[in-house]
Amino acid sequence: MPNLKDLKNRIESVKSTRKITKAMQMVAAAKLRRAQESAEASRPYAERFNAVMAGLAASVGGSDSAPKLLRGTGSDDVHLLVVMTAERGLCGGFNSNIAKLARQKADELRAKGKTVKVLTVGKKGRDALKRDFSDLFVGHVDLSEVKRIGYTNAQDIAKDVLSRFDASEFDVATIFYSKFVNVVTQIPTAQQVIPASFEDEAAGDDSGAVFDYEPSEEAILADLLPKGVATAIFSALLENGASEQGARMSAMDNATRNAGEMIDKLTIQFNRSRQAVITNELIEIISGAEAL
Amino acid sequence: MANTMQFDLVSPERSLASLEATAVQLPGADGDMTAMPDHAPTITTLRPGLLKVQAPEGSSEYLVTGGFAQINGDGLSVLAEKAIPVAEVTRSHLDDLIAEARASHDAAKASDDQTIVDDAAKLLADMEALGAHMSL
Repeated sequence: MPNLKDLKNRIESVKSTRKITKAMQMVAAAKLRRAQESAEASRPYAERFNAVMAGLAASVGGSDSAPKLLRGTGSDDVHLLVVMTAERGLCGGFNSNIAKLARQKADELRAKGKTVKVLTVGKKGRDALKRDFSDLFVGHVDLSEVKRIGYTNAQDIAKDVLSRFDASEFDVATIFYSKFVNVVTQIPTAQQVIPASFEDEAAGDDSGAVFDYEPSEEAILADLLPKGVATAIFSALLENGASEQGARMSAMDNATRNAGEMIDKLTIQFNRSRQAVITNELIEIISGAEAL
Repeated sequence: MANTMQFDLVSPERSLASLEATAVQLPGADGDMTAMPDHAPTITTLRPGLLKVQAPEGSSEYLVTGGFAQINGDGLSVLAEKAIPVAEVTRSHLDDLIAEARASHDAAKASDDQTIVDDAAKLLADMEALGAHMSL
């Protein structure tokens, strides 16, 4: 049986752990609200953008003159996986779920004989994939210095991706991130950004209005497609931000609860031992008195 | 005929304005244009410049860069990559724009296509004129 002093130390240590996890949970809750707000603020832009793009893509898409970003390069031999994760850990399965999805996809593609390249955004994803895919890494974007994700961050990533596309380094780009549903549910998602696809939003919205295009449809499309990549990455970053905080919040909530249970258990054990010690002492005294 | 139309100005990070406007002047890629209610449905890309909104409650101006405008009969949506109310524009915003325009001008000079060079030169001149206009 562990002695009283050890138990007491143990209880103190679990208590301070609980304080830390509790604090982290509250910080995550506050950050989650901010992250959710910015995710919501970005939604109108993304929705309208996609609606317009869907209309344009539908009218220009079929022709051979369609820009490469929409039509694709004509092959799909080289895939670029943009894996977006958090810069920090301690957020439950958030990072590993995204990494798992990316790993699955990469294995699947490699089994088909395709070439896979990986661009990681966020330190944790890089760490998780380093063991299996370190030879496939083509780049890394570090956002650890960024306090609040802005559109410029997304633009920088998009610029990087697009310049690689222009240099014919890959044919298909897919981004991996976690879609925020609520605090306990985040869905790891893969979304293809190059060549662009807008099927989900297509049709309906423009209600058949015929638009004049200024300049031409093709020119607008060529101008907007790169922005579409940035927009997709931006929404993904924001979703990821909210998911990360949500995942951390529920993970820390669990940890706090577990620490509480542990403390209860240890306290009972401590009290029992204390009683046992007292009983022992009494027995010694009584038997000593009787022996006289 | 309706006197006003729904005007929305959104940037990726937030929605800046959503109001009833009587006329909106846009810096279209092919030239400035003014959209009024019942304008023919049009989609145009924007060059960096000033967006002027006239509404019954008063007019406002925004500095917008990159993006596009979608006009349909009863409304106008402007999706700008960056949009800043003119009152909040500072010299440094403008310097960034000028630097950007100059960079693209320099890049264009390297190419042989004269129209690209001209476009970039015009953009640069526009940006500098904008600064003078806003007396920054």
